[in-house]
Amino acid sequence: MSRRWLVIALPMLWLGVFFLLPFLEVARISLLDPAIARPPYSAMFEAGVFAGDLENYLFLLSDSLYVNAYLSSIRIAFISTVLALLVGYPMAYAIARSPEPRRTVLLFLVILPFWTSFLLRVYAWIGLLKNNGLINNMLMSLGVIDEPLIMLQTDFAVYVGIVYTYLPFMILPLYANLVKLDGALLEASSDLGASPASTFFRVTLPLSLPGVLAGSMLVFIPAIGEFVIPALLGGPDTLMIGRVLWNEFFSNRDWPMASAVAVAMLLLIVLPILWTQKLVESRT
Amino acid sequence: MKRRSLFLVISATLGFVFLYVPIVSLVVYSFNESQLVTVWGGFSTKWYGELLRDPQILGAAWISLKIGVVSATLAVVFGTLAALVLVRFGAFWGKPILRGMTAAPLVMPEVITGLSLLLLFVSMEQAIGWPAGRGMLTVIIAHTTFSLAYVAVVVQSRLVDMDRSIDEAALDLGATPVRVFFDITLPIIAPALIAGWLLAFTISLDDLVVASFTSGPGASTLPMVIFSKVRLGVSPDVNALATLIIVVVAVGVGIAWALMQRGQRK
Repeated sequence: MSRRWLVIALPMLWLGVFFLLPFLEVARISLLDPAIARPPYSAMFEAGVFAGDLENYLFLLSDSLYVNAYLSSIRIAFISTVLALLVGYPMAYAIARSPEPRRTVLLFLVILPFWTSFLLRVYAWIGLLKNNGLINNMLMSLGVIDEPLIMLQTDFAVYVGIVYTYLPFMILPLYANLVKLDGALLEASSDLGASPASTFFRVTLPLSLPGVLAGSMLVFIPAIGEFVIPALLGGPDTLMIGRVLWNEFFSNRDWPMASAVAVAMLLLIVLPILWTQKLVESRT
Repeated sequence: MKRRSLFLVISATLGFVFLYVPIVSLVVYSFNESQLVTVWGGFSTKWYGELLRDPQILGAAWISLKIGVVSATLAVVFGTLAALVLVRFGAFWGKPILRGMTAAPLVMPEVITGLSLLLLFVSMEQAIGWPAGRGMLTVIIAHTTFSLAYVAVVVQSRLVDMDRSIDEAALDLGATPVRVFFDITLPIIAPALIAGWLLAFTISLDDLVVASFTSGPGASTLPMVIFSKVRLGVSPDVNALATLIIVVVAVGVGIAWALMQRGQRK
């Protein structure tokens, strides 16, 4: 039976040391002060006395930068999720309704970009959205606009980037849900005289809500902590909490403050989301 | 009925155009003679030549490949063990903890994962002298940790689908559990392991944020080099690099997809 325990112990130990323990470390360092030393934070105990305090957290609350960054992350992630739903739902529905061999090919086409480098897909949008980029050049040569639209380094570019990179996360759970939808229900609905639109809103959409929720979570959660997309596509005033943490760590070299931002992000954003998700799951 | 299907076809087509225009534009402009990324200056493969002579990019690519291979392999080992424990082993005190720890990395913001691992490494180095400094080893540990979760998901779904009576028959015939695992379970779940490995490998090759936190001065990965190049402005050799990566990934995803489809049909 010792082998059984080895099988259990190996993954437990790895995840315990490299996943659970790090959070305790972040929590610990968030209570300390930055110091000019290696590592750049003060000691937890000075002469045997506990030297940590909640100063970093008080600063988080007092400086509007952080509060605004949390709110703005939530807003950007929310708008992007709604947009991804609007783009992804018809795609997922069309794939689920198409005949079998074509369905496999279309699904493959959805997954392929998702596995193509995330960074490079974001980078591709720089080339499209720039002032002299593909979209502006095309619109200008068609005579639709006279001077380039300013799209890059705006919140608009960030929405496009998030919707684009996380679209497969929205489509796949929606597809998995819609493909199980019983066609007989739709036929029954139209036989009873419902228009396609009312069939959709009264039958299809309510039945696909678990898929909508799953897909929205998969877009919303990573979008909240996003760093790469606002850094490459957003402007200097695009405020997102992932970017604030990154700057706090790499530019200001304030490790304790970065830790406090991370802990607050976990407590205020990630855990509530997981908790609501669990509540909803247990009800459905 | 007819009108709705037309609406569906149009919106799905537009969706696929949206998905593929950026990728196609990268590939097309990688063959652009012009230095200006969005002005077409004639067909040329010079950026590929430039790429192959860039020691910084080649070095970073090599580091990324090594990290990807080692961390994907470790992630398959630990991820499979975790999946086995979760699917096959009865209840024990640590099971809910393990379940949580294999699911949580999937939803954890990368900046938090990266920061927390770095702080752990720094504290460990202070306390026990290991890991000494940061470099490939620390990135490998970090990548193993979060891609392990993806492997566990893929392998778990395969284990759940697997017919257990074959295992039970072998056990009844007197085979040891270890023998049953290597002779029966492993060959049956092998496609999931390969798919999981490829997924973990791609995730590792793709990661910028966690690698930036956990790597040291001598070990810049490919995404780190690309990110610093892109930040300075769009450069055409990145298009060439992107095209090469797209081709490699398309082939890899194609193989993984075929394996998963075959596994499902059986």
